[in-house]
Amino acid sequence: MTNDSDPILDVAGLSVRFGARTERVQALDDVDIQVRRGEILALVGESGCGKSVTAMAILGLLPKRTARIDARRITLGGTDLHGASDRSLRRIRGNRIGMIFQDPMTSLNPVHTVGGQIAEIVRQHRGVDRRTARSRALEMLDLVRIPDARGRRDAYPHELSGGMRQRVMIAMALACDPDLLIADEPTTALDVTVQAQIMALIADLRRDLGMSVLLITHDLGVVAETADRLSVMYAGRIVEEGTVGTVFSRPSHGYTAGLLGSLPAEGKRRQSRLAEIPGAVPRLSDPAPACAFADRCAYVTADCRAGVPPVVHPGPGHRCRCIRPDAVYADLSQSDIVRAWQ
Amino acid sequence: MAAPNSPPQTVAAARTRRRPFLESLAHLRRDPTTVVSAAILVLFILIAIFAPLIAGDPTALNPIRRLGPPAPDAWLGTDQLGRDVYARAVYGTRVSLIVGGAVAVLAAIPGVAIGIYASMNRVGGAIVMRLVDALMAIPAVLLAIALAALLKPGLPTLIIAISIPEIPRMVRLVRSVALSVTAQPYVTAAIAAGSSRSRLVFRHILPNTLAPVIVQATYAAASAIIASAILSFLGVGTSPEVPSWGGMMADARGFFRFNPELMFYPGLLLSVLLLVTNILGDRLSDALDPRKVTQKMP
Repeated sequence: MTNDSDPILDVAGLSVRFGARTERVQALDDVDIQVRRGEILALVGESGCGKSVTAMAILGLLPKRTARIDARRITLGGTDLHGASDRSLRRIRGNRIGMIFQDPMTSLNPVHTVGGQIAEIVRQHRGVDRRTARSRALEMLDLVRIPDARGRRDAYPHELSGGMRQRVMIAMALACDPDLLIADEPTTALDVTVQAQIMALIADLRRDLGMSVLLITHDLGVVAETADRLSVMYAGRIVEEGTVGTVFSRPSHGYTAGLLGSLPAEGKRRQSRLAEIPGAVPRLSDPAPACAFADRCAYVTADCRAGVPPVVHPGPGHRCRCIRPDAVYADLSQSDIVRAWQ
Repeated sequence: MAAPNSPPQTVAAARTRRRPFLESLAHLRRDPTTVVSAAILVLFILIAIFAPLIAGDPTALNPIRRLGPPAPDAWLGTDQLGRDVYARAVYGTRVSLIVGGAVAVLAAIPGVAIGIYASMNRVGGAIVMRLVDALMAIPAVLLAIALAALLKPGLPTLIIAISIPEIPRMVRLVRSVALSVTAQPYVTAAIAAGSSRSRLVFRHILPNTLAPVIVQATYAAASAIIASAILSFLGVGTSPEVPSWGGMMADARGFFRFNPELMFYPGLLLSVLLLVTNILGDRLSDALDPRKVTQKMP
């Protein structure tokens, strides 16, 4: 991937704080994300680390009453999203940014046909007549490879399987040719074979339509197969970022190392127990000014608790928030996964 | 019975597919209790419509035949003014059905509008809900009597007086259903797809609250029928010459000892109408409950 083009999505210094008077939760802290044109950027991290909050903040979907959002910059192809009015955000949502959600079983309205739901989005953003919107719905159902699209167009969501419904969600998200698709754990609720089909579909559509994808996931297998770059998130901060090749072949943060170490390795089927990351995620209320991973990190030193680690560059296009990237890499350089990527 | 997870349907089958709402109602056709109740309700409606064809004049006085026994021209006898009890009972169906139907509609429309407003607006919603609480603290019949006394007597007044106490119940129901619908992922998905507030309400929230509203409207109709009888019985309903079951029972009070049948006929009709309305409400509520949709009717 060349570095010459501007990113389609540029998020800089995004912080989100939730809170009532009594307790404040720092959900995101100084998050930078750039999705370049035509690439799939995977945002990886465990539950509760802030992946979905990032997506919601980009689309302006967080409740204004409880969420305090600060950012130096949130732009989509040069359009400012951070300071945008509700009205202009509505014109961007579903039109220039499509979003698909985790659970296709409940993300479709049960009282409307799937074709009607796709057509609704087209009519709303394109102002076309009913007929045109209906034929666009058919086109989209074909595009996401739903067999017998003409018959399925008038089906209700409950008549379709989970995989089919997720395809419909994708068709809805892409109906207005968005520049960016945000996929929030699109395969978590699906079974394994369907997962692979949906990911292959997203990858193919990215290529055919030339769109960019922000893929939120906790599945490193999915990342390895479909993403171009990845950002690893931990406790509301991006801890490591780079191309999939660099990060997998030269992991430089203790958390990334832990994630890679906990994957089941091929040829090691008899291993009785998978490696785990000890401890639990820190509380996000009143975070200490230190590396959030320090308490669980295998490479921790006293300096890790002295302050939030600065961003270092272990290699070109590779960023990491760790003060000992070389120690992490030195330890992992002989592991199977890292060697496979080298 | 085709379960929702049945294998892929053919294109031809897909064309004849019904909306999920109607599909859940179709199950009811196999339930004998529902069928019988619906038939009785339809019979009442036909009686009300064709009253002039099946009964004589309910207001004609015949002083000579006061409290008379059943006769060919008065099958159920005559009342204390010599009026045909059968004709009065037949015409009385009209008041009950009109009041029941009108109240169901007049309670549902503002109830839905106010309930959805309350679910979307924090401050306005809180104020509305306190007003609703206050209104619910007053017994419905007392409120209706007060309203009926304030307004000009007559059928429209009766309907309004009964509708107003029904509205708070509807508001509460709609608000709580709308709140739970709003929390559904498909509403978030619609917002993420750029839906405006009005589109959210009319396309996503409103259609998904209608099933419980229909059930509640059925119960409102039943309670309106009995409320209209109570108000007529107490003399604040329709004017005395308009035949109504409540009015007939009020008139029969003084002669209950020797002519109890004067109270029995309208009472029986009232009970049967209430029974079938409530049964239909129950069955409707079972059929429209999403958790029971896939189950076979008992």
